[in-house]
Amino acid sequence: MTVKTLKIDGKDVAIERGATILQAAKEASIPIPTLCFLEGVTPAAACRMCLVEVEGSSKLLPACVTEVAEGMVVQTNTPKLQEFRRMNVELLFAEGNHVCSICVANGNCELQDMAITVGMDHSRFPYRFPDRHVDVSHEQFGIDHNRCILCTRCVRVCDEIEGAHVWDVAQRGEHCFIVSGLHQPWGEVDACTACGKCVDACPTGAIFRKGNTTGEKERDRAKLAFLVTAREKHQWTR
Amino acid sequence: MTKTIVIDPVTRIEGHAKISIFLDDAGEVSDARFHVVEYRGFEKFCEGRPFTEMAGITARICGICPVSHLLASAKTGDKILAVKIPPAADKLRRMMNLAQITQSHALSFFHLSSPDFLLGWDSDPATRNVFGLIAANPDLARAGIRLRQFGQMVIEKLGGRKIHAAWTVPGGVRSPLSPEGRQWIVDRLPEAFETVNLALGLFKGMLDEQLKNEINVFGEFPTLYMGLVGPNGEWEHYDGKLRFTDSQGNIVADGLSEDDYHAFLGEAVEPWSYLKFPYYQPLGYPDGIYRVGPLARLNVCDRIGTEAADRELQELRDRAGGVPTSSFLYHYARLIEILACLEKTQELVDDPDVLSSRCRAHGGVNQLNAIGVSEAPRGTLFHHYQVDENGLLEKVNLIIATGQNNLAMNKTVAQIAKHYIHGTEIPEGLLNRVEAGIRCYDPCLSCSTHAAGQMPLHLQLVAADGQILDEVYR
Repeated sequence: MTVKTLKIDGKDVAIERGATILQAAKEASIPIPTLCFLEGVTPAAACRMCLVEVEGSSKLLPACVTEVAEGMVVQTNTPKLQEFRRMNVELLFAEGNHVCSICVANGNCELQDMAITVGMDHSRFPYRFPDRHVDVSHEQFGIDHNRCILCTRCVRVCDEIEGAHVWDVAQRGEHCFIVSGLHQPWGEVDACTACGKCVDACPTGAIFRKGNTTGEKERDRAKLAFLVTAREKHQWTR
Repeated sequence: MTKTIVIDPVTRIEGHAKISIFLDDAGEVSDARFHVVEYRGFEKFCEGRPFTEMAGITARICGICPVSHLLASAKTGDKILAVKIPPAADKLRRMMNLAQITQSHALSFFHLSSPDFLLGWDSDPATRNVFGLIAANPDLARAGIRLRQFGQMVIEKLGGRKIHAAWTVPGGVRSPLSPEGRQWIVDRLPEAFETVNLALGLFKGMLDEQLKNEINVFGEFPTLYMGLVGPNGEWEHYDGKLRFTDSQGNIVADGLSEDDYHAFLGEAVEPWSYLKFPYYQPLGYPDGIYRVGPLARLNVCDRIGTEAADRELQELRDRAGGVPTSSFLYHYARLIEILACLEKTQELVDDPDVLSSRCRAHGGVNQLNAIGVSEAPRGTLFHHYQVDENGLLEKVNLIIATGQNNLAMNKTVAQIAKHYIHGTEIPEGLLNRVEAGIRCYDPCLSCSTHAAGQMPLHLQLVAADGQILDEVYR
């Protein structure tokens, strides 16, 4: 195995070739914030929370998909990155309709936690209040597009772990939204196995169990990584 | 002629209001209007949301009586699920409503209204508030504040937080009372009883002395009364059937179900207020004026069903020589209701069901149209939801207690103005008395128009030709 050596926040790190900066940082116990990243499925670099500064690059690079290189010098927590991350979270809030006080995920929401982590106490951007809908046609689950941050975790877990590929992303730019089937009501999509992995994967309260009320959403996030490990490495322990 | 007087600090009512007083050619008061000038729009923006969220959303209408909305909404949700909730859930919801009525009434009496009685109508407005009360009578103020705290803490012990506890849900409640929570309530109940008995003694003494005349001026007129009563006509706050009685104590209608509210309640709209004017439909508008809330509940019931509260109810009726019809007696009724709530809480803490974890029933969308009712501290509260087959709201109607007292509040304002105003100047102290007339009803304007923040009370004196003669803001 070829090993690459690099510096993250001044710390020397050695990791196998092909690993990402995010993996390397994790090995070195250097926290990099993520929202769309989910252990066990392909990274999507959709949320831009894990952007880092790499010496020699004029652009900020997403740590979840950028491979390490020999001699790389990475900064993960500069004032520029802190400011950028806060702005990014503000934009996520301003883009959708996030009303924590009545959300099923209140107190158990990665977006909410991220806002606290980056020190967001208000949004400098005006809220857009988009007109989005709620689909509760499924017998067990519902999706509230108002709370969706388009991380695409649901798309990836359903495709890569469950193998059902119920979810996709429709439209472009600000009109993007998650669709079930061929843009059918979720309850009418035959491919759905009602496994609930999308509920476990969703970082916010966008996908939830029906009947859940304020702050009642629970997730079994470890189950997803467990399934992947069990399948790929035949290790059946949690 | 027009002048503006700014009085600081701001008023002790909840929400935005304005009062216009109209004078005839002789300079006498011909009419008065109580305008509610705020708008919230909950009925509209809830459309499209899952009905399961409604308890959480509608509780946010108010920080003082969120429990009322939680209960009415959860009861409406029960009907959509078409489930009978477990007995433990019924008792736990009742316990929270009793705590809610206790804390809200304590707030109304001690924090908002008692400065008028204890410090005087014409005392310095700068100190005519709960802080003035603390300075003048610290022991009483502390007791009142702790009584409210008791109610708030019971809510927290049940629902995990004092305000907006998302604990009542369609099908029941999320969790039972903990043994530690139960013990806390048992330990604090004696002090709560002591405080309400102290306040009752004090207020009755004042009704015999310095507040004697107010009874005849502050909303003394005949109307109907509406409230929930139990199966045997007893005082009820959570379930039961609706009853209308008149000022002679006759039952006008009984055994009414909330499901049929369209048949007996009409809602009129006036262009000068965001607050609707509900009325008793068979008598038409505005003759179908009725009052709800503490006094109405005591007037419609045959008895309360607990020993000390029934004794106090009898004394209230004896003092009034029949049916108490003055809105000033709402304060008195509030104290009696606190006593009733404490007695009923005492009964409930001794019930093993309140510790039972079987407190939530589950179900799907089994009924598309549902109406829930409960007694909020200020009166009867209706939630009406229409959902699609998946449970998304298509239509929402909320009939709030304060709205139902709207006609009576207007009449009370007119009565007080006619009594005190003779000429084109607003006499000193009038503003406070007019406010106090409204305060009898402990209105929650934020709830009833489904607005946030505090807005000054605005009083206008309008001549027969429409000219504004005088204007007072606070």
